Amino acid sequence: MNIKELVIISGKGGTGKTSLTAALAKLSGHCVLADCDVDAADLHLVTSPQREKEEPFMAGWEAVIDSQKCVGCGICQNLCRYGAVLNSTQTDTKSTVKFVIEKAFCEGCGVCVWGCPAEAIELKSKLSGQWFQSRTPYGPMIHARLGIASENSGKLVSQVRFLAKEIAQAEQYDLIITDGPPGIGCPVIASITGASHLLVVTEPTLSGAHDLERVLKLAAHFQLSVSVCINKWDLNPEQTGLIENQALNHKAKLAGRIPYDPVFSEAQVKGISVSEMDSIPVKEAVDHIWSHLKSYL
Amino acid sequence: MMNYPPLQIAIASGKGGTGKTTLAVNLAFALEVPVRLLDCDVEEPNAHLYFYAGLKESVPVSVQVPEIDFALCQFCGDCSRFCRFNALAVGKKTALVFKELCHNCGGCKLVCPHQAIREVPWVIGKKEIVSQDSVELIQGCLDIGRVQASPLIRIIRKEASKDKLTLIDCPPGTTCPMIAAVEGSDYALLVTEPTPFGLNDLKLAVETLRVLKIPFGIILNRSQGKDSIIHSYCREEGINILMEIPDRRQIAEACSRGELAFCQDEEIRSQLRELLPTIMMQINFSMVSPEGVRP
Repeated sequence: MNIKELVIISGKGGTGKTSLTAALAKLSGHCVLADCDVDAADLHLVTSPQREKEEPFMAGWEAVIDSQKCVGCGICQNLCRYGAVLNSTQTDTKSTVKFVIEKAFCEGCGVCVWGCPAEAIELKSKLSGQWFQSRTPYGPMIHARLGIASENSGKLVSQVRFLAKEIAQAEQYDLIITDGPPGIGCPVIASITGASHLLVVTEPTLSGAHDLERVLKLAAHFQLSVSVCINKWDLNPEQTGLIENQALNHKAKLAGRIPYDPVFSEAQVKGISVSEMDSIPVKEAVDHIWSHLKSYL
Repeated sequence: MMNYPPLQIAIASGKGGTGKTTLAVNLAFALEVPVRLLDCDVEEPNAHLYFYAGLKESVPVSVQVPEIDFALCQFCGDCSRFCRFNALAVGKKTALVFKELCHNCGGCKLVCPHQAIREVPWVIGKKEIVSQDSVELIQGCLDIGRVQASPLIRIIRKEASKDKLTLIDCPPGTTCPMIAAVEGSDYALLVTEPTPFGLNDLKLAVETLRVLKIPFGIILNRSQGKDSIIHSYCREEGINILMEIPDRRQIAEACSRGELAFCQDEEIRSQLRELLPTIMMQINFSMVSPEGVRP
């Protein structure tokens, strides 16, 4: 079966990616959901998921210094380029200054292990987060949580997308809807490579326009087909027009406009998607976006 | 005119679009004292959009990546076995460097028995500067298609001023880029909004700052004025809400035009000016409280 994947991104944060993802899932009625905003995952708050599975996400390494073996020479501290080797507050009976690794800064490169003359440092594999498989009214959902102060968000994103494809194949779903992270960096690149179609959600502000420009260039870099929709368009109709022209200049399609409406936050409070709320203008706007997207999926 | 010590104050949030940049820029201008503003949201830097002067100076920023000298390389593969990030591949007669995967640890150069590896700069973005009135902005801008947000942030972060107040506009999230931006700050302002997404992501940001032992307070943006889920969370956790900015369409519209919307409102502006004395009191307080001592 040919599985299509729609990825929703925005460049700028807080433009309504997650709310729109949930609404599109509701309209599709039958899809796999993937929450790739693993830094700050929120899709589970508006899709009423029942959790079926919870697994650790092991990725990368972290150095650990054995304080019994540490001779306090400081070679590791000189070699470490991440500033992750700190002076320990504890000293031994001979008042030797010992060293400790600050986990939040360690990237697990192993240079300290290589340099240590006392063989006091080893690399341990690192628990970087968790991933979950849940069941929503529309189908299965894969989501994740990166550990506090962890790295490897790109790898966790790839893992979430891999699992979403796996379950789509196993359960015969032909559509995956992916809620992407903000920005244009590592986790965004991991979210969009190989997607069938991108939907960029923006807003009619100078920041929205500026960030859209960068995200469209990124999409062009990966040769992906893109549609753009503008949330809260009526806050600044003039800017909305400019952004739509900007999108067309980049050969993106226009998916539609969504009006500024408090139902976006009200739906979150109720834990449901905006398309289940009784705002006719928002419903019509989201319906329009969905029928536009269907022709690319 | 009052002057402030060279404190470093990070403006952060778990969730994107809560108003970090709006707060950072408005605060910088509202204070009317010399301020250095670092835009560390290098994937999508936006603070400069509030400066009518336009970006003045632009310097390429690079990281060090390995380069193999094939006159010396014996294709032994020690570098590739050492590299935990799979940034080097060595075959019988060839060796490749995947710069995108390199974490710049310098390990390959250290382990090479033939001194065949040297480090060369590789451009990942730009450092851009503009000044207007009392505010000096230094921003990082990641080149499109690059993944090295955190290294670029660490470079911009070194521009914190030694003699005046520094405000740091951070990227959203709670992982490497956000940590690179908040690290070393004396205090963090967490900007949030009274929605379930806002609360969920605020909790993650609070946990992160506690791990990093950075004192913080909350700025509640788009406040509906009533008792919200953010208020009850902060009460339970004993966290201060330093300021509430009302949810007004008028403010949203002014922001969309790139205006200093908070500075235009006399009441919000005077509250912004009150923030610094409050923060300084809290930092002093945390210096005498054993839980709050910074390492």
